[in-house]
Amino acid sequence: MDWQGQKLAEQMMQIMLVAFAVVAFLTGYVMESFRMMMLVYACGVVLTTLITVPNWPFFNRHPLKWLDPSVAEKYPKPQPQEPVVLKKKPTKK
Amino acid sequence: MHSFGYRANALVTFAATILAIICALASFSDTLKSPSPMAQVQVLSINWFQNQPNGNDEVSMTLNISADLQSLFTWNTKQVFVFLAAEYETPKNSLNQISLWDSIIPSKASAKFQIHTSNKYRFVDQGSNLRGKEFNLTLHWHVMPKTGKMFANKLVMFGYRLPQEYR
Repeated sequence: MDWQGQKLAEQMMQIMLVAFAVVAFLTGYVMESFRMMMLVYACGVVLTTLITVPNWPFFNRHPLKWLDPSVAEKYPKPQPQEPVVLKKKPTKK
Repeated sequence: MHSFGYRANALVTFAATILAIICALASFSDTLKSPSPMAQVQVLSINWFQNQPNGNDEVSMTLNISADLQSLFTWNTKQVFVFLAAEYETPKNSLNQISLWDSIIPSKASAKFQIHTSNKYRFVDQGSNLRGKEFNLTLHWHVMPKTGKMFANKLVMFGYRLPQEYR
């Protein structure tokens, strides 16, 4: 899953769950059935899980573009920084 | 990061939070409705009325209870517990409550009923104060919701009197 796909998955998950909760509450209230509310919400959670949890192809439409190795070799590699050692000042006794 | 497990965890957590919110809303929707239950109780006959060897008065009576508690039921109601209590005052206790009959109403359809019964639980006084005693019959109910707080209320019916003599 690429960066854009992660954002999309997260947003879809939140929006879908809230939308299903609203639909479930209204359905239950209008039909005067608590069971109906729970069933609608449970179906919504399952559907949201199926859509946003697996790594579907449409979450991978913006793959990261890495440089070719031949191009990368032309540039200097970042050198690992040596840890700075604080030297003690010689003190006179 | 952002693996299958991470996304599943985030979804389950968020779904559970929303579930709690809609349950709270369902409980809140109960308060918008104001119920208007009705009940009537008749004492058809006193079967017997005696003084026990230990000095306590006991009475057995036949009751006709008719009630319409359908307005107590909302979409968030699991069941209603209802009981009928005799309430009276004696010199020793300012309030005596004796449960005579009770029932669990599981559905709105069975919340409108008429019952002809003798008292289910024994009507025994602490002492011998029942001769000629005036008492109230009070129908108490406890509404048990599917989610949220349980609440109770009652309906008091006045003007019942026990006979002057044992029989």
